[in-house]
Amino acid sequence: MAVVSANSTVMNNVEAVRATLYEALKSDDRTLIIGEDVGARGNVFLITKDFIDEFGPRRIIDTPIAEASIVGIAVGMAMEGLRPIAEIQFADFIYPSFNQIVGEAAKTRYRSNGEYTCPMVIRTPYGGGVRGALSHSVCIEALFYHVPGLKIVAPAFPADVKGLLNAAIDDPDPVLFLEHKKTYRLIKGEVPEGHYTIPLGKANVLKEGKQLSVVSYGLYVHWALEAARTLEAEGFSVEVIDLRSIRPMDKTAILTSVEKTRRLLVIHEDNKFGGIGAEISAMVAEEALFHLDAPIRRLCGPDVPAMGYALPLEEEFMSSPAEMAGAMRELIAF
Amino acid sequence: MASTDVATGKLERHGLTDEQLRAIFRNMLLQRQLDNRGFQLNRQGKVPFALGSEGHEALQAGAAMAFNRGVDVLAPYYRDLGLCLGIGLTPYEIMLSIFARAADHNGGRQFPNHYSSKAAGLMSFSSILAAHLPHAVGAAYAIKYRGETERAVLATCGDGTTSEGEWHESMNFAAVHKLPFVMLVENNEWAISTPLAKQMAEPQIWKRAAGYGMPGRRFNGFDPIETYAAVKEAMDRARSGGGPALVEGTCYRYLAHSTDDNDMTYRTHEAVAERRKQDPVPAFEAVLLEHGVMSAADVTAMRKSVLDETNEATDAAEAQPYPAPADLYAHIYEGAWQPWQS
Repeated sequence: MAVVSANSTVMNNVEAVRATLYEALKSDDRTLIIGEDVGARGNVFLITKDFIDEFGPRRIIDTPIAEASIVGIAVGMAMEGLRPIAEIQFADFIYPSFNQIVGEAAKTRYRSNGEYTCPMVIRTPYGGGVRGALSHSVCIEALFYHVPGLKIVAPAFPADVKGLLNAAIDDPDPVLFLEHKKTYRLIKGEVPEGHYTIPLGKANVLKEGKQLSVVSYGLYVHWALEAARTLEAEGFSVEVIDLRSIRPMDKTAILTSVEKTRRLLVIHEDNKFGGIGAEISAMVAEEALFHLDAPIRRLCGPDVPAMGYALPLEEEFMSSPAEMAGAMRELIAF
Repeated sequence: MASTDVATGKLERHGLTDEQLRAIFRNMLLQRQLDNRGFQLNRQGKVPFALGSEGHEALQAGAAMAFNRGVDVLAPYYRDLGLCLGIGLTPYEIMLSIFARAADHNGGRQFPNHYSSKAAGLMSFSSILAAHLPHAVGAAYAIKYRGETERAVLATCGDGTTSEGEWHESMNFAAVHKLPFVMLVENNEWAISTPLAKQMAEPQIWKRAAGYGMPGRRFNGFDPIETYAAVKEAMDRARSGGGPALVEGTCYRYLAHSTDDNDMTYRTHEAVAERRKQDPVPAFEAVLLEHGVMSAADVTAMRKSVLDETNEATDAAEAQPYPAPADLYAHIYEGAWQPWQS
């Protein structure tokens, strides 16, 4: 962590998560971390390294290997007044806890008519490009964004990690906080010092443009930006929007941009069929169809179970910056 | 049934006063009356669904007596009418749940018998079996974390739930952290249509306690006094830092699983009639009469007051309004909500 100014520090995404969790633990003793290997091991990406020494095993809880109850116990803690931060070691391992997230955490407030609430965060690393094979590479957001009662956040930049994780921890409802593993150490950026929050549900226009709106989140935001700059060098003008939050999602930012550029490309790593892009496309078709000069286009993961371990299989699954640039050119030329 | 001390000829009451014994019996009568009422209302076409705990009356009334109101936490399942009455819910609250009225704790959202009351320490739960047990363990963790001695979590389930993975996960975590958590299994021998023999090779569920490194005990759940003693021992140990326990009460499900179940497709009238001979309600009445805790006139008066209370609760709840259609959209998150932020 290099200090670049009195008021901000350059961090990667791992450091941003770690620093934010540390401050949350320091400032509120209702906050605990519960997950696999979060204690002495300090999390498999070292996000919670040494936390157990400072905060002790009562607050940094190494659990048995039992994902359903990692989430379920956190639900009970939240119902009883604590502010747990549960960790699922890899997003691919979240499936055993599906009912606890969808059937329990997301419905606690609703089914009790507001008597009980479930203020908790579930953090998990997701996404590919790291040779993670079938069970250490998946995107899970589409499985959960269908669920009222949940909020889902997927930041791309360290400063957003901090602001959105603080907002998630402060939130009175359950938040699924998705951290793209490939960005963990790849992406560095300035992070303002001190406590701040970024509201859930607010997108960020990273680059303004006139001819095409590109909407993305997570790792692909960075690659989409790279592709947009390539097109800029070719004389095109592309707007890039980082959603940051998937549920709630920033309709205003999307519609404002599309009404200006009249073209929409949605890019995400998760499978295309039934993915986030389908909902965005439907919303734009319902609300801004006659502003469009070209069909909505989606560049997404293919309809296969997951990316294979072998490099060609992983590369075939992922969309490269060159493919993104190609899709942008095609849509502008339509 | 409740044992008599051989030397003195007195009732083994485990510290329960006459007043407490009568409260237990009244709870049992109320359970049966409210169960019947739910089924009657269903047959009259007034409510779409009802579910009874007939056969569990002694177990639940006895266990509830070991619960400290306003202090302990209860994490029950959907066949726990008597426990919920025993920790303070009123027949009116029960009938609001049956009629799905707006004034119900859940605002008419949940099935009947899925009670919830933060004021009573009754944790909200869904119909997904064992999903509530990690919640109970999390609550127990919070209690221990905050150093709140004298508090414990009483979690319950039927024999069927003990096959779920989260049952195991919860028991294991509670034991590792020595939490103030008591797992009360109401073994009524049926998981809807599936008998114990198809659920588990070892039907003595309490024996699993050894595998988790916690005390385990089985008791006769047809006897409310024995139930009270077993649950109180476990709760007292949990409250004083002694860690969790598994207590298994034997009982029987006299009714079908619910008003939507026909139990004669998987068991016989004869088999159920044979088990009716154990019916805990007349059996406990006989004990109270034998030991002079109640007279026959007292019992008659109590039965009448239970019927009157049930009738009043039924009428009062039925007169309450349904939730408004707009209530469908409330309490999804804190504040007003749209998935699209604008």
